[in-house]
Order: sequence, then C-alpha cells, then structure tokens
Amino acid sequence: MSASPEDQGRLRAVPLPPGWDEPVAIEEDPATIPDPAQVEVPDALRAEIERLMSLYPDRHSATLPALDAAQKVHGWCSPEAMRQVAAVMQVTPAYLSSVATFYDMLRTEPSGTRYLYVCTSVACYVRNAKSVYDALELEAAAQGLEGVELREFECLGACDMAPMASVDGRYVGPLTDDDAAEVVAAMKEGREVLPGRGLPDPGYRVPVAGDQAAGPPEEPDVHPAGGTWKEAELLDVPEAEGPPPHKREGLHPLDPGTSIVREEPEEPS
Amino acid sequence: MSETRILLANIDEPDLHTIAVYERLGGYRSARKALLEMAPEAVLHELEESGLRGRGGAGFSMGKKASFIPKGAMDKYLCCNADESEPGTFKDRLLMQKNPHLLVEGCIIGSVAAGANKGFIFIRGEYETQADILDAAVAEAYERGYLGERILGSDHSFDLVVHRGQGAYICGEETGLLDALEGKRGNPRLKPPFPANQGLYQGPTLINNVETLCNTPLIVEKGAEWYRGHGEGNSTGTKVVSVSGNVVRPGNYEVELGIPSRELIYGLAGGPPDGREIKCWFPGGSSAPVLTKEHLDLPYTFEAMAEAGSMLGSGAIIVVDETQPLVPLALRLAEFYRHESCGKCVPCREGTNWTVKMLERIDEGEGTPMDLDILEQVQGNIIGNCLCVLGDSMAMPVASMLKYFRPEFEAHMEAARARRDLDQIQPMGALELGGVQEAGAA
Repeated sequence: MSASPEDQGRLRAVPLPPGWDEPVAIEEDPATIPDPAQVEVPDALRAEIERLMSLYPDRHSATLPALDAAQKVHGWCSPEAMRQVAAVMQVTPAYLSSVATFYDMLRTEPSGTRYLYVCTSVACYVRNAKSVYDALELEAAAQGLEGVELREFECLGACDMAPMASVDGRYVGPLTDDDAAEVVAAMKEGREVLPGRGLPDPGYRVPVAGDQAAGPPEEPDVHPAGGTWKEAELLDVPEAEGPPPHKREGLHPLDPGTSIVREEPEEPS
Repeated sequence: MSETRILLANIDEPDLHTIAVYERLGGYRSARKALLEMAPEAVLHELEESGLRGRGGAGFSMGKKASFIPKGAMDKYLCCNADESEPGTFKDRLLMQKNPHLLVEGCIIGSVAAGANKGFIFIRGEYETQADILDAAVAEAYERGYLGERILGSDHSFDLVVHRGQGAYICGEETGLLDALEGKRGNPRLKPPFPANQGLYQGPTLINNVETLCNTPLIVEKGAEWYRGHGEGNSTGTKVVSVSGNVVRPGNYEVELGIPSRELIYGLAGGPPDGREIKCWFPGGSSAPVLTKEHLDLPYTFEAMAEAGSMLGSGAIIVVDETQPLVPLALRLAEFYRHESCGKCVPCREGTNWTVKMLERIDEGEGTPMDLDILEQVQGNIIGNCLCVLGDSMAMPVASMLKYFRPEFEAHMEAARARRDLDQIQPMGALELGGVQEAGAA
C-alpha cells in the first residue's frame, strides 16, 4: 500500500519501534551465547553482574539490574553492552534485547547518559505539567542541552510535589514554567538542579498552592505526613483564567449572538 | 474526625531510617515476638483475625492470602510489591523513604506467616533514592541479625533482596512482577494458578503491598483485637491516603477507613484552591472510575466505594476541579494506559490504542457523535476480557467520565468541530463551488 506522506502521519499514531524498517540479514546465523573468552568486559562491570547473579536462586533474575549496570557504564544498552552482559550471564543477546525493549528506563538508543523525566501523568497534568514539559523542551533546544534524555514520563509517584521531574533519580518540584531555564542550565553545567527543592534534600517541604483561606484555619495542625507542608512560601500557581478557550462563550458559531473571534492560523513552516 | 496515625506515628522522627532510631522507638520488637514467642500458625491466625486487607488495590484479605500458601518443606517466597506506579499513589514512597525498617520488619513477619525463606522487595526503578535507603536498611538488619540464617536463634531463616525494576507500570500487577523478577518481560500470567500456589520460580509465593506488610508489625505487637478497633465494618485498620490533584494541601494522610470522603478532601487536603468546585475525583488512583461531588458524603471504605460504582483501590484520591476540561484529561489517561499496555491481550492492546485515537479525534474536531457510542462500546469490550486489569483500568475511568459527563464530551466535540471548520474556511469562490457540487450530487 502506498500512502502519501500526509497519510503516513495518520497511520503512525503510535511511534514505531526503532529499527522496524531496517533490513535483516536473514542469511546470517543468529547470535548465540557469546564465548566469555572472546568478549572483553570491564572488571568492575563483570564483578557487579556476578554479584547480582549470586543474589538470586536463578541467575536470570539478575537481568534487569545487570542491564542497568551495563547502561551506567556504556550510557545505553548498546549492542556491545548487551554482548558483555550476555557473555557474563551466559544468555543470548536476543534474550537481553527482548527484555531491554520492554522497560522504559533501559535505553535502546543512544539518547543521553543522564535523564530528565518530567511527569505528565494525571495528577501532575491537572497541575499544569504539560506546560512545564513544553517549557523545558524549548529551553533544552534553546540552550543546546546534550547528553540528557528529556522525556515525558508516566507517574513518578510524587504527586504531592506536582508538577515534578526526576533528575537522574532526584525528584525536584513543584516546578513552574519559569524554572525551566534554571533546570536546563544547571543540568548543562553539571550543577545540582534547584538546590533545596529536591525530595531528598534536608528539610524539604512542599509549599502550599493557592488560596490559604480555602483550608480550615481552625485546624492549624493539619498537615500531610512526612512533613510535606510549608506555610511560609506560596507556590506560584497560574491563576485560573475562566473556562478553557474552547468553552468560552461566543466561540461556538451556533450560539445565538456569536461574535466570532479567530486566532490567526500559524504560518506553515 | 481527623487523622489517626498508627502507621505514620513516628514518621516525622529525625533519622528514623537508621536502625538505631527505629529500635529506640520499639522497632523489631514485633519481629522478635513473632520469631521467638509465637508459633507461625499463631502469627498467621493473628493476621487473619485482624481483617487486614491488601493495600495495593484489590483489597483481598492478607491473612487469607497467606493461609493459601501450602505447608511443608519446599522453597517458598515472599515478594513485597513496591512498584508503586498507579498514578496518584505515593504512600509507599513515603513509608520506604522515612521508615524502611518498618517494611523490613513487616517482611520478616510475612515470611514467618508464609514459611518463606527468601524474600524480594520489588521497587520501581524510578525510586532510586528510596531503593538506596532500603538497601542500607537491609544491610543494617543483616548486621544486627534480623535477617539471615536462624534469625535471633530461632529456627527461621530469611534472606531479603531489594530488586529494582526498570520502569514498567505492568510490573505492579502481581504476576507481571513475578515475570520481571525472573528476568523476563513483565507480561502478566494466566490465573489460576495463583501465585500462592505457583509463583516465583514456580514456587508458592506470597505477594503483598508495602503498606500491607508495614501493618503487620503493629498487628503482631498489639493484637488483632486492637487493630479491628480501628476502621469500619470489613474495612479494618487505618489507610494512608494520598490526596493529590487540585487541592491546597496534597499529601499523605493516615485515616481510619470510614471517614467521610468530604472530610478527607476538604478537611484534610483543603479542597480545590480559590474556592473552586470539584468536578470529579478518582477515589482509588487513576484506575478507579471517577465519582462526582454528589458522592462526597460517602464514607471512605472499600464497600461504599464499590457500591457507588468505583473502588478504593490503592487509596489515592486525585481531585479534578471545574476548570479542567475532561476530554484532554481522558486522553492523557488513555495515553498512559496505551503506553503501559504490555500488548499480550488483544482487547487491552487494541482497546487502549483505539480509545486514544478516538479521543484525539474528538479533541481535534474530527469526532462525530457516533464516536462517543463507539467509545463506550470499546470500553465495555475491554472490561473483564484480559489476563490482568490494566485494560480495565483505562476502560473504567473513561467509561465513568462518559457516564457522568457526556454532555461535556458532546459540547467539547462540537466546539472543536466548530473551531476546525472555522480554520478550514476557504475563499468565497471555493465555498460556492463546494455548494454547487453538493447540490448536484443530491
């Protein structure tokens, strides 16, 4: 079936897995379990994988942590990284690749050795997370951030500090669009991102959003467990600007008395 | 009625994550009691009597689950499900970060009840800080002899390993978790056989959520009778509820089950900011069907939530206020489940995908009124037709949004269509030509 370029975009609502259209060498024999004598593995990595395998009754259980360890050394689960893990674990590279492609945190493409995961799942979404992500993406492009895997991520389990992001495992939040420049600059320069605003930081507390009066003033003791409430500082949350654009009156052509206000369409680039 | 802190009683204690502080506050007393003073059957009996229900989502009796584990000398396993990925849930993160030894102690007691000699805490890979803390806690426990061979001179041996996942929501499903722990893709398995009979490495396996296991030291220490004194009806004990979304004070609140939902959302979490109204709320994580503000006076129990057509699930309330349009929210929700579907069962893999496509169409102004009917039908075809409940987890909230807010979906679709039509207005000549052609065709 030949589809025009525009049609292809519609057909590919789901991004196809990398390498789906690459030719396959069908004449070649499949890769077997690598010979440990022929694969050079960094000593530290070998020791770590062997330690991991010793923890479980079945060595296969070490697959996920072993791939993670190899990823930390190589930056991603490259073919070479997988060959090394396969040689130590005595499994086929194909088995490792089947596992690596399943998990979000294992990179099967060289997309950066560090990561910045921005949570845009439901609880963060209703607190403006999408716009924070867009701001971060813009900033990353503007400042030329490299070596960092920046992506939207599913719920990171820190909805009390929403919207939030994970910088190499350190949770920071709540974020606003204005933080984007600082986050990107700090990552680029290798500084700590937003010191004092990370979950593991000593004395960290989530500032309270919005109107104080909405809470019960007669119950000053009410605060979430684990000390995630700070009175002093107000979070800068965007004001609600009435209903969203599509729900504003007068936009619907069928409404009586409609005055149509059109936004200028974007210039096609 | 406000918070009742028994699980989180010491949570604000500085350095609670170290064994010295934990022991000073009475830690590991219950493990000692379970190992030295009680027979394993007595521990199991106490857990059954307490009425403790699983805190991971299904709400199944923990003691009953442990009693399904066959007796006899064989390799049995304990798995702690710390793959807390349900959107809106962050109670386990708090427990593991601040009080890791409580979980280790809970695992010891669970292993006594199940007769397991090997245990794993499967923690999601994103929780790097918490996994490091747990690793340190397990090492400390080994040092003090609470883990390992013949613990404290008893006959019971128990090894505990912290296993980090690599980012997959489906690994929170118990059989998906087992596959991931065996080093495979985290695909759920067909049940039965249930993990209690045939789980990890085909051996009998007890799988429990972090919060469930954290409750066991309290039950062993103070007795089932005391534990049943908290809560209401069959929902015994306290529950750590994560409240998030459009509320003033998002966070974890430990309450007795049976507290009015309004009290939780408005009294404790402060309600939506700026005096806005609640549009809908998820009572048990994003997988639970939404409820509206009419349901706010229901008591927060497993039974009442089920009766209202939703579920208590993992005890995570996400509040959505009136300013949030629902179609993009439903779309975001569906995208999450599409991304996380493992692809093993067709109704889930295709259903999540088509739900996303239809919602996208509706949001972009290409939807037709028929789409809403198809949307509803697709959700109905997913529910109950897969190996696990991931597909249902999308179908239920989306279907419930449609049920309660169909007029909003219709209005959103019409507005989006109108906007698109405006964008596509052609110069006058083209319009006329179109009109002529249409007339000719008719």
